Amino acid sequence: MSLMTEPAGGRFGDFGGRCVPESLVPACAAVAAAFRAAWADKTFRDELDDLLAVYAGRPTPLTPAQNLSAQLGISLWLKREDLAHTGSHKINNVLGQGLLARRMGRTRLIAETGAGQHGVATATAAALLGLSATVYMGTRDMERQRLNVHRMEMLGATVVPVTSGSRTLKDATNEAMRAWVADTEQAHFLLGSVGGPHPYPWMVREFQRVIGSEARRQAPVTPDVVVACVGGGSNAAGTFAGFVDTPARLVGVEAAGGAAMTNGAPGVVHGARSMVLQDEEGQVAEAESIAAGLDYPGVGPEHAYLGAVGRSEYRTVTDDEVVAAVRRLARTEGIICALESAHAVAWVLRAAGTADLPAGSAVLLTLSGRGDKDMHTLIGGTA
Amino acid sequence: MTTSLLPRVVHGRKALVPYVTGGITAGWTDYLLAAEAAGADAIEIGLPFSDPMLDGPTIQEASDRALARGATVASILADLSAVTVGVPLVVMTYANLVMRAGPTVFCARLAEAGVAGLLVSDLPVDEVAEVELAAAEAGLALILLVAPVTTDERLAEIARRASGYLYAVSVMGTTGERAGLADSAGVLAARVRAASDLPVLLGFGISGPAQAAAAGRVADGVVVGAALMRRILDGATPDELAVDIAALRSALG
Repeated sequence: MSLMTEPAGGRFGDFGGRCVPESLVPACAAVAAAFRAAWADKTFRDELDDLLAVYAGRPTPLTPAQNLSAQLGISLWLKREDLAHTGSHKINNVLGQGLLARRMGRTRLIAETGAGQHGVATATAAALLGLSATVYMGTRDMERQRLNVHRMEMLGATVVPVTSGSRTLKDATNEAMRAWVADTEQAHFLLGSVGGPHPYPWMVREFQRVIGSEARRQAPVTPDVVVACVGGGSNAAGTFAGFVDTPARLVGVEAAGGAAMTNGAPGVVHGARSMVLQDEEGQVAEAESIAAGLDYPGVGPEHAYLGAVGRSEYRTVTDDEVVAAVRRLARTEGIICALESAHAVAWVLRAAGTADLPAGSAVLLTLSGRGDKDMHTLIGGTA
Repeated sequence: MTTSLLPRVVHGRKALVPYVTGGITAGWTDYLLAAEAAGADAIEIGLPFSDPMLDGPTIQEASDRALARGATVASILADLSAVTVGVPLVVMTYANLVMRAGPTVFCARLAEAGVAGLLVSDLPVDEVAEVELAAAEAGLALILLVAPVTTDERLAEIARRASGYLYAVSVMGTTGERAGLADSAGVLAARVRAASDLPVLLGFGISGPAQAAAAGRVADGVVVGAALMRRILDGATPDELAVDIAALRSALG
């Protein structure tokens, strides 16, 4: 299966597909048709590339982490998505889908958010492109990511509190999809990760591919290991896309309490067959992570596929390791990264010098976002 | 397969299919017996799922409550095995519960418990092949949804593959009570009736006798879910629920 082209039927091996109620099938098909046409249209690509450059600040740098590299005995490069506009890689996808929504004649964006980074990015794209935005967010996440709630509201978005279930990303996604069923004529569902029904896993990976493509051009050597955090898995999918045809190992790092790849079983959630944290009967488990953006019991179907065929590997780190990783990176490199991104850092800190990441390895790590939003959690507030 | 669970009706008695969330109370199967006695022609039983994406607040609350009191697929099917209901029982649920057990095992368990049909809300016709095969092997009807946005091409495919009855979703949205029957309902029911010989039931937002009567004028019957579950959530006993179902029955004609 080529990773460059549209997966037939949205299938990545046994995973993916379009498991949504009949009411949403035509809307998904319309998004797929529009994206297929837009992605082959030079005018669309040029407009997106221009926005990514003059608005989002791309290309983002590839920073050699010299102090940490020296301490760990490896060569570590950081792909700096934290420096993109709005503070994370989420801007890449929302500009793409925002332009697509406008091209489709939609006037409203509906989005889910966990940490609020995707919600902020969606609100940003809506403001820029003259669309309205409604963002669904679990009340537990609203408490621990309050700064991002204020940012979304400053940008003119409506933030809808979600009180069902675990009051986190999973439930916000349910509610966003319910809202879309009721307004498929006017609204575009701007899903933030590489999960969901076809075409989202394919489309969002393509919009995030810019991370991997840039990093591959920027890297002075082909890395031995490419590493990124994985919740739904969009920054990892975009990063991996740039290296899947190289010998580099692809390592996704999950939250220990939200490790669908490591501890899940095949299932169907939010429109795709993938790996899902669930009980023996198939009730979806509630994830538990300090990082709201990784507090999710599912994962994108392409990760399930790449993992199943052995092309990518998945590891887990604990909340304590993550908090320590934020501090270590801050004090050695002067970069305060997001709790989500710190998962990738935490694995490198633990594995460097072991058989899992031998001394001397060349490591390329995508730092998916910056940590301003997490200061409240890090200084001892709501976890 | 065009095996029907219900009669197709031109004039006269329209089908009434109440929906009850399985395991909602300790003695929940009494609601099924009450529904049968009050004139139900078949009963949909929801197997509660943690993430019911197609359901509005009422069915979500019912699912959460059933799960919170410990209801499982196994306990609900065991409860069903212990009662004799004289009308067809149809299970409505979500794909993950079916896939977790495996479609073959899942469908066999339903059949053993006396269930006659299966509707999986998030498996549209393009994704249902594996479950379709398992349902056929177990002798279960496979009910499929049709929506106002379903194209004619998809409708033909759905009509060809469904059995039991066709479930026409009256409105674009989730399950739940609504003020009136959507205009889209009549148009959709007519389209579906023209495409299939199966009985066509309207559901989503059939909130009371007036809407049931209106729906009955354009379709072969109705599914009533959230309106009845609201009553159960608010404490209605089986006898009290039977009064509501009887009112729907008499409005439908």
